[in-house]
Amino acid sequence: MASPQAIVIGCSAGGLTALELLFAGLDAALPLPVAVCCHTGASTVDLMCELLAHHATLPVEEARERSPLRGGVIYIAPSGYHLLVENNRRFSLSVDGRVSFARPSIDVLFDSAAEAYRDTLIGVVLTGANSDGAAGLARIREYGGMAVVQDPDDAEVPTMPAAAIARAGADHCLPLADIAPLLNRLCLP
Amino acid sequence: MNKLAGKAPTSDVALEDIEIELFVRALKLRHGYDFTQYAPASLKRRVLQLAHAQQADTVSALTTRVLHDAEFLPVVLEGLSVPVSEMFRDPDVFRALREQVFPVLASYPQINIWQAGCAHGQEVYSLAILLEEAGLYERTQIYATDFNEAALRHAQEGIYPAREAQLWSRNYLAAGGSHTLADYYSARYELIKLDQRLRRNVTFANHNLVTDEVFCEAHLVLCRNVLIYFSDPLQDRTLALFRDSLVRGGFLCLGTRESLDFAASAGDFMPVDAARRIYRLGPRSAGMD
Repeated sequence: MASPQAIVIGCSAGGLTALELLFAGLDAALPLPVAVCCHTGASTVDLMCELLAHHATLPVEEARERSPLRGGVIYIAPSGYHLLVENNRRFSLSVDGRVSFARPSIDVLFDSAAEAYRDTLIGVVLTGANSDGAAGLARIREYGGMAVVQDPDDAEVPTMPAAAIARAGADHCLPLADIAPLLNRLCLP
Repeated sequence: MNKLAGKAPTSDVALEDIEIELFVRALKLRHGYDFTQYAPASLKRRVLQLAHAQQADTVSALTTRVLHDAEFLPVVLEGLSVPVSEMFRDPDVFRALREQVFPVLASYPQINIWQAGCAHGQEVYSLAILLEEAGLYERTQIYATDFNEAALRHAQEGIYPAREAQLWSRNYLAAGGSHTLADYYSARYELIKLDQRLRRNVTFANHNLVTDEVFCEAHLVLCRNVLIYFSDPLQDRTLALFRDSLVRGGFLCLGTRESLDFAASAGDFMPVDAARRIYRLGPRSAGMD
């Protein structure tokens, strides 16, 4: 793949804890935007940003419609809305029906980001209890982007990473603790 | 580390984009429905979903039907509008309307409300119930508009799946409803039907925010989760339409995740309750009343 320009991350059950660990390990100088879709059930996006910000080396914000994706910022999809990346590399939101029973849906974020970033996108699938994200990850690879999947044996809930590997394959499949170091290595100049 | 070396299939993704562009163009030229100013990412998903639902092999196959099959248009419009909503969605917004906006509306002898993009009508009935309970409904006229005829018909019928009732009842109470939602509908089999008395002061009308103009003087415009699908220029056009429709000091209520940050006319609207996206039209240029 070409030099990475953005990272998208998807997770559900067990995702919050996984994201805390991942974000703590990211280099504070990471120059890329990081967009996250995590099915969280009831918790609001404000609360989630606040919780994650305690651990993160980078600022954590809710992804707002029409906002450009800025490097060095972690964006969280608001609950109840699909988060998309437009080709002009700004966020948009939708309240279209659930995809894979989810809104926000990881597939929706991944599909749209894959189009916007083509072969400069890294997709990451972490712990989760359904198969959302698998189709999106396949799309990312189709465009020449890179797929990183948490080793299902290492995941709190293996279903989502296992489904991603089955559908899309992976360029890297590794334990959670190794994902942040990998991303740092791939993305730091 | 590379536990799995998956295959990277190739596909002509650019071709799909060309087909979608032609589809949208055909819709505009043939039928006058203009989706060219919609935010592309969601529009693309909807077109592809429509192709999938119609078992069309390509988007071009849809385009052929758009051009040659007159009965296909309603199907397309329904597919491209995908109206998903709930009664009293975001209950705290309805609570804020009741507590912060209704007391001002109460000072008008006649209240006009424009619900723009009413889709299947869940919010129209929500609003009517709130107004009824606030004692304002008798002097209110609600204009509920949408470009999708099928959605308007559905909205008029007020029939919804009974499985929604539980969530909607909770929303209603969280919005500060003073009865129970069941007082406003009758249930039969798997369906509920909203009390048709609730629409006695509602006018359902076809209006397209993309192409149509001002048609009423409103004290409150509700347009939630419609602008998120619009590009910046279309958002600007629509906000200008709302500005020109509102009386001075009139209210605008948008979706809770919608943003005026990139809107040219953002300065026209003063936040009343920023978190709930309730705004008030500020003073216009000097000398106007």
